[in-house]
Amino acid sequence: MAELTELGLALRAYLAAYRWRTIDPVPWSPLRKPLASANVALVSTAGMVLPNQEPFDNHRKGGDVSFREIPSNADASTLIDTHRSRSFDHAGIHSDPNLGFPLDRIRELADEGTIGRVNRRHLSFMGSITAPGRLVRDTAPIAAQLLVEDEVDAVLLVPV
Amino acid sequence: MCNQAVSLIAAELERRGIATVCIMLLREIAECVRPPRALCVPYPHGYPLGAPNDAELQKRVMRAALGMLEREGAPPMIEDYAG
Repeated sequence: MAELTELGLALRAYLAAYRWRTIDPVPWSPLRKPLASANVALVSTAGMVLPNQEPFDNHRKGGDVSFREIPSNADASTLIDTHRSRSFDHAGIHSDPNLGFPLDRIRELADEGTIGRVNRRHLSFMGSITAPGRLVRDTAPIAAQLLVEDEVDAVLLVPV
Repeated sequence: MCNQAVSLIAAELERRGIATVCIMLLREIAECVRPPRALCVPYPHGYPLGAPNDAELQKRVMRAALGMLEREGAPPMIEDYAG
């Protein structure tokens, strides 16, 4: 388990005073079919973009709440880390982007039959969002609507 | 912050009928923010699926998370990855 104490002093002081959002009530959708026949998408907040996509804006106050569509047949080795946070070690996702955006792994889980199929696209956010109001109000609903239109059954979400 | 962001996106997906499970690096944030389903993993920030270039470990974590989707429970369902 990650520990808050592994972070720098200034960041710890910031987090100690930070008011986290609490989801209440907690929404709940049961999986409507067996996982082995479900259409599954990934949502990662590792700040990954493809070479032809705009990097996340590291200077936007409160955090960049935009997202990028990542086609499921994209080459994982071409994903570029544009996450602004200096509070985590980026070496792992640089060495293997699957660690934060498991494009290859989700395909392998489909090949082995654990999931039914991989959705045609996944979504990439940059999770360093200190003011999540615009995320909740604007971009998360737009992102969710895309996956509803794709008839996605289940989503695995991966932070860094 | 990443833990909060995935939780808020997951909540929006669940409200629209899509089942979700979040990997979480900090149990205390999971308990505070309350994503619908969370698998808390014993790894440092930057390493949500365990280790780079270890496909089997990454898939074990993913199978454990996805497996939570098939279990009945009440939200928020927050579990620890046993390894």
